[in-house]
Amino acid sequence: MELILAVVSGTLFAASFYLLLRRNLLRFVIGIIILGNAVNLLIFTMGRLTREVPPVIPYGQKVIEGAYANPLPQALILTAIVISFGLLAFTLVLVYRNYTVSRTIDADRLTASEPEQDVDLHTQKKRLPA
Amino acid sequence: MKVLLVLPVLIPAVTGILTLLLRRSRFAQRALSVLGAVALLGASSAVLWTVQTNGIQVAQMGNWAAPFGITLVADSFSAGLITISAFVAVAVAVYALRGMDVEREFFGFHTLFHLLMMGINGAFITGDLFNMYVWFEVLLIASFVLLVLGNEEKQLEGAVKYVGINLVASVSFLTAIGLLYGFTGSLNFADIATSMGNIQEAGLEATIAALFLVGFGIKAGLFPLYFWLPASYHTPPAPVAAIFAGLLTKVGVYSLIRIFTLLFPDPTGYTKTLLLVVAGATMVIGVLGALTERNVNRLLAFLVISAMGYVVMGLGFFTTLGLAGAVFYIFQDIPVKASLFLIGGVMERETGTTEVGKMGGLYMHRPLLALSFIVPAFSLAGFPPFPGFWGKLTLVQAGLATENYLIVAIALLVGVLTLLVVAQVWARAFWSPAREEGLVSTDSPLQRSVLQAPIVVIGVALLAVGLYAQPLFDLAQQAADNLTNTAPYIQAVLG
Amino acid sequence: MIRSLILQIATRLLVPILLLFSIFMLLRGHNLPGGGFVGGLVAASAFVLYSLAVGVDGARRVLRLAPRTLLGTGLACSVGAGILSLATGASFLQSLWVKVPLPGLSDPLKLGSTLIFDIGVMFVVVGTVLLMVFSVEDRVPGLIDD
Repeated sequence: MELILAVVSGTLFAASFYLLLRRNLLRFVIGIIILGNAVNLLIFTMGRLTREVPPVIPYGQKVIEGAYANPLPQALILTAIVISFGLLAFTLVLVYRNYTVSRTIDADRLTASEPEQDVDLHTQKKRLPA
Repeated sequence: MKVLLVLPVLIPAVTGILTLLLRRSRFAQRALSVLGAVALLGASSAVLWTVQTNGIQVAQMGNWAAPFGITLVADSFSAGLITISAFVAVAVAVYALRGMDVEREFFGFHTLFHLLMMGINGAFITGDLFNMYVWFEVLLIASFVLLVLGNEEKQLEGAVKYVGINLVASVSFLTAIGLLYGFTGSLNFADIATSMGNIQEAGLEATIAALFLVGFGIKAGLFPLYFWLPASYHTPPAPVAAIFAGLLTKVGVYSLIRIFTLLFPDPTGYTKTLLLVVAGATMVIGVLGALTERNVNRLLAFLVISAMGYVVMGLGFFTTLGLAGAVFYIFQDIPVKASLFLIGGVMERETGTTEVGKMGGLYMHRPLLALSFIVPAFSLAGFPPFPGFWGKLTLVQAGLATENYLIVAIALLVGVLTLLVVAQVWARAFWSPAREEGLVSTDSPLQRSVLQAPIVVIGVALLAVGLYAQPLFDLAQQAADNLTNTAPYIQAVLG
Repeated sequence: MIRSLILQIATRLLVPILLLFSIFMLLRGHNLPGGGFVGGLVAASAFVLYSLAVGVDGARRVLRLAPRTLLGTGLACSVGAGILSLATGASFLQSLWVKVPLPGLSDPLKLGSTLIFDIGVMFVVVGTVLLMVFSVEDRVPGLIDD
């Protein structure tokens, strides 16, 4: 099980890096989403997987007897999910707002804040699609 | 002790909440903002004083004993940083009374400013890895909104770049936390430090260290991860830029120093060399960028990068003297950078342009501003008797002691180039003949003094530290002792 | 914006149920799955549903308080719970408990400062979600003006 989750997490990392390297800002945002999930899965796997024994103390007892699933990674992931949810909402609105002003989601055309000089090193036809 | 250590986080939180609830009254917001900053300075100084007299201070949140709960720890390094940050916060809060427009104030500048301070202080005094991640996110989200506040096109664009790269940095940090947790089973700094020896695979340790280096390196603006910094720091108004330049990169480099000294005390193989290479490249790239830049705020942003190189160089030596130099350099660089960005804001306000070459004659029109520019600028270049000189001197000594001659030569060369940069700004913006059209600012003398007072106060403080550096240097020395000999830190946390 | 009659009628029934359910989630949260965050999301979804049915202005009127005020109140509650424990000499955010004997019940009612914290979290979540949704929805018509 650990192996499967490790492979899934690795695949998610790879997919997100591919998206993060695109010039299209929407793809970039999707890459961030996938990256967050990849890390959450990684933390979950690193906390060791224990099946079918939730860390809940039975009624009337003081402690759990025997092995139980590690609750801490789940708490960490929950926190990380909440944080990335907030950040993602902000990022999406930011990209959208920026689009309404600059009319582009191509990262290379975001040059309003840059000094006015020719910085484009490649001609357009040599470039990969965004 | 339970109360005192919480205050650096609690006071900005309460101030932020109150300014949010009282957002209809501009006067109440401003009064609260300044009062909150002053109270923060008081509380931080009290923490510093307690740490100086009674040693490392620890507070357990919710009374959960370490390593199970979240621990707040203040040693000399943390306490010094929160005190200096609070000092800068007071200066910025006063400057913002005039340097901030009504619209931004209504949309929550004061609230966000104090929440940002809360995040910064939290990151400085937490003793828990995941808690540090949460504080990073708190300060990030506050800085995101501060950056876009005002909705100008260039701000939105700078924010897209800043937000994108910082999210990636956070994920890198979080990945490192996940891996480290998987192998040590703990998130408490002190607890992890005691069980780091159990990690058998050297490759894994290097991986975790590299992930931390990438995460914090992006936040600190280190080579080759610095591109976002000059692309965004020149877009917000001066008070926001000042707090960003003064504090945000310092949080990144603080975390770098804390993690590397506590968790990776004897780095295997190439980490030391890597840090020194990164440090050298950061210094050179930063100063070269500043040399070619004509926009005053972007020029200053490049100088922020260059200064980070010196700090990382001190860390790369991994000796007490090197760390003392690095800590001293951070301590003096916070007010230097904040004050330079505040001055940049006044220069833009007075002349109506950000181009250094078009300013001209500021010395004639505003002699006080020109004088208060000299102190931070020449401190940056490492000129005696300004505090930057003592920081660089210590770093150079540490470099010579560890026989890293090449990096010392680079550091000295970069110092000369920095001098060239600030001399150029001085000559073009201040000393060149007065402009025919005069100044465009319509501020009354009283309004101008609100802008000038914080800059002058920081300048005087820097000059005082430069002339009598011993107390601050002792603090840095003590901090460095705690960083190289981690036993007292671990003892204080785990009891 | 075209208003759907079906959605409007359904909303009228769903909103009170959702709000009640959110309070239930909040209160059961200490010992069972639930709590301020989930409760806050449920409550926020009630208002979001209402805003979809009758528009953002209507939802703002029903909410009475501005989302930012809710946000501030919630933060004040949560931080206040921490300060309360500090004021009684305990550690920051340490749980304090009082037992209130209720007539007709054998077990006394246990009230903790965690409840204040959780209520604060609920307000923060409602305020944040509504602030985001309202400001995005408000801008949709005029955002792309071509």
